[in-house]
Amino acid sequence: METGHAPTSSEYIVHHLTHLNSTGHAQKAVIDWSVLNIDSMFYSVVLGIITLYFLWRAASKATSGVPGRFQAAVEILVEMVADQAKGIVHSAESRKFVAPVALTVFVWIFLMNAMDLLPVDLLPRIGALFGIHYMRVVPSADLNMTLGLSIGVLLMCLYYNVKIKGFGGWVHELFTAPFGSHPLLYPVNFVMQMIEFLAKTVSHGMRLFGNMYAGELVFMLIALLGGTATVMGFVGHVIAGSIWAVFHILIITLQAFIFMMLTLVYIGQAHESH
Amino acid sequence: MNLNATLVAQLVVFFILAWFTMKFVWPPIVKALDERALKIADGLAAADKAKADLSLAEKKVVEELRKARESAGDVRVSAEKQAAALIDEARAEAARIVTQAREAAEAEAGVAAQRAKEALRDQVAQLAVAGAEKILRKEINAQAHADLLANLKQELQ
Repeated sequence: METGHAPTSSEYIVHHLTHLNSTGHAQKAVIDWSVLNIDSMFYSVVLGIITLYFLWRAASKATSGVPGRFQAAVEILVEMVADQAKGIVHSAESRKFVAPVALTVFVWIFLMNAMDLLPVDLLPRIGALFGIHYMRVVPSADLNMTLGLSIGVLLMCLYYNVKIKGFGGWVHELFTAPFGSHPLLYPVNFVMQMIEFLAKTVSHGMRLFGNMYAGELVFMLIALLGGTATVMGFVGHVIAGSIWAVFHILIITLQAFIFMMLTLVYIGQAHESH
Repeated sequence: MNLNATLVAQLVVFFILAWFTMKFVWPPIVKALDERALKIADGLAAADKAKADLSLAEKKVVEELRKARESAGDVRVSAEKQAAALIDEARAEAARIVTQAREAAEAEAGVAAQRAKEALRDQVAQLAVAGAEKILRKEINAQAHADLLANLKQELQ
């Protein structure tokens, strides 16, 4: 690319794993709040808008009469999410917000994951034509994205904890669960609760990120096969790429579903008193 | 693997999307689903009701048929009875007429025989008188012998 010569395998991978951010070069520090990943934001917002448009179109045309195919498909989705929400979150009032959240999360994450199925070089190469030299097109393979979502879920958990149990009730639970109400156990309980919240949130975000990042990386490695421009490389690329893409259809759906289910489960836990 | 402000931006986007879905997507779809479920339930209930009505109507039809058959039987029996009664009546009437006619004929025949007998008696009497006149021409007092003749006529009766 800018170097003028064909990139080596490791340059290719590193290049593809570099975000287009507000600084214009790869982020140096592990955490830097002044940097914004433009590519992730762009694709996640665009896909979010597509999600909303898709759902909103179905909603605006929804009738109680005979549904069309599109409406039926969205209804199947809504019904699935509504059923799951009903089974996990035992508060009709909370479900009014939680169930739509779960639906949004499922469709949005599914679409973000589905970006993985586009050829790895397609969008970055088009971007390069317009002078954009870094681009990662799978927003859910960006830890900021997935942790952003899981922290959002954490905030909802905290909100419902306070709302359902009252602030005092929740604080009481923080110090008395899971081991019981005894002054000696208060610090242990509190530490356990903090660890639980942290572990839930981090694992929630990391699980999705890890899966999508690994998937993206495998697609890049497969692309490197084809990049050798040999018969073996080409055949290998076609075979491995096909197999991985088909397998990935399962992964992107499954990960979106898992993220949605865990969202419901964590919020459901916030409704239950110990 | 680096964390940066994207995380916060994504957090905000997340809640905006969730809010939008809650406000504009979820309610109409769920409403439509609930309404349709209600409609289907109503339809099923109506179908059940129609089925029940049908079986009821069929029962009624069977009952009506049975009644009609029974009443037809009754009508036939009573008609037969009536016909038999009519025939009996006619037979009795005919017998009566025949008897009457026989009696009338017999009476008439009796009267005619009587009359013939009387006429015969008259004639016999006259013949007897004429014969006697011829035999007893000379000394016969018609007047004197009238009583005798009347007695004779009486005996002939």
